[in-house]
Amino acid sequence: MWKLPDARSESVFEDYKAPYDAQQAAAEASRCLYCYDAPCIKACPTGIDIPNFIRKIATGNVQGSARTIFSANILGASCACVCPVEVLCVGDCVYNAAGIPPIQIGRLQRYATDQAVAANWRFFEAGPDTGKRVALVGAGPASLSAAHELRRHGHAVTIYEKGSVPGGLNVTGVAPYKLRAEDAMAELEWVLGIGGIEFVMNTEIGRDRSWESLAADHDAVFVGIGLGPDRSLPGAALGGVHGAVAWIEQMKLGLVDLSSVRDAVVIGGGNTAVDCVRELLGLGVPGVTMVYRGTEAKMSGYAHEWDAAKKDGARALWNAAPAGFVGEPHVEGVRYTGTEGPGVVPAQLVLLAIGQSKLGDQLAPLGIRAEAGRVVTDATGATSRPGWYVGGDAANGGKEVVNAVAEGKRAATAIHAFISGGGHA
Amino acid sequence: MLDLTTDTGGIISPNPFWLASAPPTNSGGQIERAFDAGWGGAVWKTLGTPIQNVSSRFGANKLYGNVEPLGFNNIELITDRPLETNFREIYEVKKKYPKNAVIVSLMVETKEEWREIIKRSIDAGADGLELNFGCPHGMCERGMGSAVGQEPAVNERITGWVKEYSTIPVLVKLTPNVSNILPHGMAAQRGGADGVSLINTIKSIIGVDIDRYVLEPRVAGLSTNGGYCGPAVKPIALFMTGELGRHPDFRIPISGIGGISTWRDAVEFLLLGASSVQVCTAVMLHGYRIVEDMIEGLETYMRTHQFERVDQMVGRALPSFSEWGNLDLNYDTVAKIDANSCIGCNRCVVACQDGAHQCITVGVDVKAPLVDESECVGCNLCQIVCPVPDCITMVPVENSLPPASWNDHVNHGAELRMKKGVH
Repeated sequence: MWKLPDARSESVFEDYKAPYDAQQAAAEASRCLYCYDAPCIKACPTGIDIPNFIRKIATGNVQGSARTIFSANILGASCACVCPVEVLCVGDCVYNAAGIPPIQIGRLQRYATDQAVAANWRFFEAGPDTGKRVALVGAGPASLSAAHELRRHGHAVTIYEKGSVPGGLNVTGVAPYKLRAEDAMAELEWVLGIGGIEFVMNTEIGRDRSWESLAADHDAVFVGIGLGPDRSLPGAALGGVHGAVAWIEQMKLGLVDLSSVRDAVVIGGGNTAVDCVRELLGLGVPGVTMVYRGTEAKMSGYAHEWDAAKKDGARALWNAAPAGFVGEPHVEGVRYTGTEGPGVVPAQLVLLAIGQSKLGDQLAPLGIRAEAGRVVTDATGATSRPGWYVGGDAANGGKEVVNAVAEGKRAATAIHAFISGGGHA
Repeated sequence: MLDLTTDTGGIISPNPFWLASAPPTNSGGQIERAFDAGWGGAVWKTLGTPIQNVSSRFGANKLYGNVEPLGFNNIELITDRPLETNFREIYEVKKKYPKNAVIVSLMVETKEEWREIIKRSIDAGADGLELNFGCPHGMCERGMGSAVGQEPAVNERITGWVKEYSTIPVLVKLTPNVSNILPHGMAAQRGGADGVSLINTIKSIIGVDIDRYVLEPRVAGLSTNGGYCGPAVKPIALFMTGELGRHPDFRIPISGIGGISTWRDAVEFLLLGASSVQVCTAVMLHGYRIVEDMIEGLETYMRTHQFERVDQMVGRALPSFSEWGNLDLNYDTVAKIDANSCIGCNRCVVACQDGAHQCITVGVDVKAPLVDESECVGCNLCQIVCPVPDCITMVPVENSLPPASWNDHVNHGAELRMKKGVH
């Protein structure tokens, strides 16, 4: 349905965790203790019944395994690849406590779900038409998860997306050694197989159409618009200085030219910064330095990801606060202060991974309460305005794909109850 | 100084580990390699009128995901090699390995055939004979194998013929495909056997090809029942060994067979009355080399338990083999979970809740589950499913009552403790 450009910089990346073949999957699956009330389930934001799906792989019931996964998490294939399992399910595997290597849950999940998407195994049907209509704003994981769940209940759903490609960060933002855009897109198409998920593309609500107008022709509205543009720094309007999320999108959906980049700097210490570092190294940039104002222990990027970046050859400047840029009109370096400074790191490319703006305040005119740019919701994602729900990064401030999927599904359940009870946005 | 030498009804071998009559003992070259690896004896693959075998002979019973079979099955018959070749090789092996025991397994029909084949076996230098009265597939359709072993009178008569002709020890190999092993062991003893070996394989269907709707192992479009062996049959073999071993009127030695894969398995058979043990499936799966571990493990065990000779171990566990009616009903154990080593898998919880007596529950704010000792019947299920060694122990609980069995209770009114787990 959607065609990605053939020439994309991300295509050079290979999977950093190779897919299992049948024998490897059986060997790993049969190691699982099939725990009861298992810690791995509790560690999964979508609550996948992990021991059960693994046992089904072990017995050769791969279709049943995939059904178990997707029943809890409709983006189970991409989550299998992009989830930070080391700090979620795998991190809580009981084998860790026994000093035995934990079960590779992500790789087993991928084994089952990849086959489901490739063979187009169908597990879910749309419910009988209810005549109710729900608008979902943003076509990322939260909205897709909500839309699929709402279709199972028989509600009509329309997703409004400002861009030309659906999928959100799952397509445009995740590190390509975990998941490439075409694979995220393949799963998305599989999800759409339930039928009846309509898209209105290239339409930004609040610009091309008013927020309030959605209430007029929908019974409920789900807002899954993620975060806003990359935050910037003074003096960043130079050639070669980019916001990290914008640059990653360009790398995943098209080509980035790194031919004249010998040294790159990534400013920040979060997971986006670490992704950028590994992506630049993977694309052949000889010297990549992460400049972070805190210490290694304080960085919010996952330790296992940073360890991998170091193995790839990443350098870091700790306690280094960026103080400006060198070069005009094109950047030549980053000035920094701090315990190691002051100094200048040479760079022909600088990526700013210092967070993204929050979009919650734009819903204020609708009577939807936000605090510090983040919409205030209850546990289901319901906002202060009846019939309006928020999920994903827009609600949680920026978490994993799996959190967005969980929040989307939870909101859909609440929306179903709301509109089935006669509520209207 | 340890001495592993064993005497099984007059058959002397340097250690108790023999290869059972089966594919690993099909030829002289194989047996020579086995003796080089350390096997004390070998029972030559059954000789008789050579047959023709089918293709597709073996099947295995594997638990999902596992490489190692739980059980194994075959529809192979006795030797398909010329008798002259077998006897020549027996002679050569015995010449080269005079200290190892070579036992020749035999299966023929008429008295005259028995006379003839016994003479040739003795002439070839065999240390003993084993009468194959156990094979449950193919040969029994022709009136041999288990067709003999299932009829005590026939067993006794043929054993008598053999003893008439044989100048070397004779073992009768018994079939487990009977409801009670005792009359069959006794028949062999009455026939004059110097010992018995048991068990032969168990009549079985190893599986079904669910896409073709044909039994396994599939021979073109048909199959047939085979003989089941491997680790899964060990408990059955242990029972039959113990059943004969403990009977006061059964006095001849036993060579134990059935799922023996490790030194530990072998020790169990010896403790239940076997004088030597025979191994087949484990060797088929892993080769003769496993005997090194079996010998070392046995030696270490014997040193730990201060046995100097194998015969000191034989039957040591038999006095504990009693009847249910004699068990002490006032003996009370409960499960104790070591919170420090528990990894929180809750396997014991679900097993106890769904498969036992609902006394273990998920821990509240702690990783280790909780045991309600007032309801715990001491069934061992939690200990069995626990993946952490020694995390769950079954601990005896003191009560003021003296031991009392069901028999004591019925016959003498002995007081029994309050039942648990009867909520």
